[in-house]
Amino acid sequence: MKLEITTIEPSKLRAELLRLRDVEKMDFLENLVGMDWGEEGGLGVVYMLLSTETGKRVNLRTSTTDREHPVLPTASDLWDIALIYEREVYDFYGIIFAGHPDMRRLFLREDWKGFPMRKDDDPIAENPFDGEHMTNEPLADVTRQYSMNPDGTLGDYKENVIFAPDDYVVNIGPQHPSTHGVLHFRVALNGEIIKRVDPILGYIHRGVEKLNESLTYPQTLALTDRLDYISAQQSRHALCACIEQAMGVEVSDRVKVIRTMMDELQRIDSHLLFFGCLCQDLGATTAFLYAFRDREKILDIFEETCGGRLIINYNMIGGVQYDLHPNFQRRVKDFIKLERKNLQEYYDIFADNVIAHNRLDGVGVLTKEQVISYGCTGGSGRAAGWHNDVRKLEPYAAYDRVQFNEIVLQDGDSYARLIVRLKEIEESLNILEQLVDNIPEGNYKEKMKPIIKVPEGTYYNAVEASRGRFGVFLESHGDKTPYRLHYRATGLPLVAVMDTACRGEKIADMISIGGTLDYVVPDIDR
Amino acid sequence: MEIKKRAKIKSIPYKDFKDNETYEKLVEELNAGGVNVLVKPFDDLIDWGRSNSLWPLTFATSCCGIEFMAVCAARYDIARFGFEVTRNSPRQADVILVCGTITTKMAPVLKRLYDEMADPKYVVAIGGCSVAGGPFTKSYHVVQGVDKVIPVDVYVPGCPPRPEAFLYGMMQLQRIVKVENYFGTTNRKQKRPKEEEKA
Repeated sequence: MKLEITTIEPSKLRAELLRLRDVEKMDFLENLVGMDWGEEGGLGVVYMLLSTETGKRVNLRTSTTDREHPVLPTASDLWDIALIYEREVYDFYGIIFAGHPDMRRLFLREDWKGFPMRKDDDPIAENPFDGEHMTNEPLADVTRQYSMNPDGTLGDYKENVIFAPDDYVVNIGPQHPSTHGVLHFRVALNGEIIKRVDPILGYIHRGVEKLNESLTYPQTLALTDRLDYISAQQSRHALCACIEQAMGVEVSDRVKVIRTMMDELQRIDSHLLFFGCLCQDLGATTAFLYAFRDREKILDIFEETCGGRLIINYNMIGGVQYDLHPNFQRRVKDFIKLERKNLQEYYDIFADNVIAHNRLDGVGVLTKEQVISYGCTGGSGRAAGWHNDVRKLEPYAAYDRVQFNEIVLQDGDSYARLIVRLKEIEESLNILEQLVDNIPEGNYKEKMKPIIKVPEGTYYNAVEASRGRFGVFLESHGDKTPYRLHYRATGLPLVAVMDTACRGEKIADMISIGGTLDYVVPDIDR
Repeated sequence: MEIKKRAKIKSIPYKDFKDNETYEKLVEELNAGGVNVLVKPFDDLIDWGRSNSLWPLTFATSCCGIEFMAVCAARYDIARFGFEVTRNSPRQADVILVCGTITTKMAPVLKRLYDEMADPKYVVAIGGCSVAGGPFTKSYHVVQGVDKVIPVDVYVPGCPPRPEAFLYGMMQLQRIVKVENYFGTTNRKQKRPKEEEKA
């Protein structure tokens, strides 16, 4: 959809944000996108707010032309997720948020020079890969909180302590099997009770958003599969649909159904992998083998139709790459039958096991208010009672023609997060069953021009990926390359909430909390 | 004495392997030092044992790591080759499988992990990203190939490589391990310093 964005002065921003949160009940900060509109437009931010009660959307943009010391007021005390989003914007654009308690870089090293996403910055020349970057990275224990002068310029700062000198700090990661990728946690402990968790990201930050600005639209598609590689279909679906909406292309019914089915297969694939990894983290290796046994069946279906197993490259602008393989329907039917039978085994071997209950019950409890404030969508949010399924709220593709239940539990603990995903496998099987015999005839891809240009404007499209709301924010200036292409990572809120979820728990439970929150690190770092 | 026999890998004949030239060059280099008649049979025995129990470090940064998990699972079953004992500590590992992109921030960590491993150690670069930067090669934060940081023994291209490619790459590594000199040799073919002076 095309975004309606209201422009607002930085001096009035704070009052407006307060009003929106308290009067209009905009409790979900969906996205906070840093922008560089050049010398005249200045550096700025787009806020995308959503009300979970009324479903109303408000988008604000604000900017400052000061490129030396750009400063904007913080929103981190209004929405918890802004704590980490504002650090991301600072890292990429150098915009300082006055009042933010922790203005450190998020992805890049603390000694990184320049701000890579600015249009006039040349990060490769400023930071050549040489001996300097082969030293161990510096990690600060003290951080800065800036203030803003009444005239809108940068004021003084005070220092905040992350870890005091007498804190007992344990490093987990970046090379650790239970962090599910290269993620680094600094954990302050009191005995074996967690006092504070400080996630350090960016070990797999590949600068996808910067790369996108020099790629043509069909080229940008290739990188979406590599963000969250077990939501590859859905991520690519989101970007293709966003570009199609922007260009006014209507895809055929056949494409819609194919995309829906592929998304659901991918969701089952992802939840099986989640289950397998969680079990292995908690020491149940047999369950891991069970999950991978069934996952291979889905990969066979993908491989036959799309040609790829993990990185699938199937969706295209205006359709899909190939038509369905003649075996597709038979294979899906066989899989539905097999998976229904095998699903019970997962409960038998792990989920109903007393050990699983002991490790997961009541561990890492998140309330509904916390998950909304942190923007934890997907299964982790639904386990805490938040109805956030994009498939239900804003039906896209073929989701309006199928019957399925949104699984919502109330406990908010690790066990609920496990059960939500196991039950969602069942629902995905139901969706597949309804669609498999009703694939309409039609074109599998629309004819597109060889050079794709998106009309000027700002567009946004969200889909329900395996781990929650995956959004594509696209600003086009009418060229064949995007001016800015930002992805709302599904995993970033899940890592941001780790501190809240882990405080007061034992350090051994951090593995099960992290495992059930189910983040994928390359999606966080982008 | 020379390392005459080529390393034998069960079920793949020698001529079916690709890149035999590099391999023969490696054997030639090892032969150039001469081989001791007495300890060579012990070498063979030890290399046979080591090549069938290479313990990989679980080091996965992105997509290829998921394929590595699939290789470890039941269908592809890496245990057939004796690689199934994945270690989480570099001090217990023989081989580091670099699965995924290495970024500027990760490079010092990778170097440190490599330094922590005990000799003899091997590196397999898996996937386009660790071979040469892959689709992200123009990025400001990606190292263009893991060989810029640590020496690599085997390259496995693909994005991600299929499980069969993983296993093939590991068999290539087995061939390298099978011809190594474990006890060390004196270099009998090199001329003695005195002889060199005369010449």
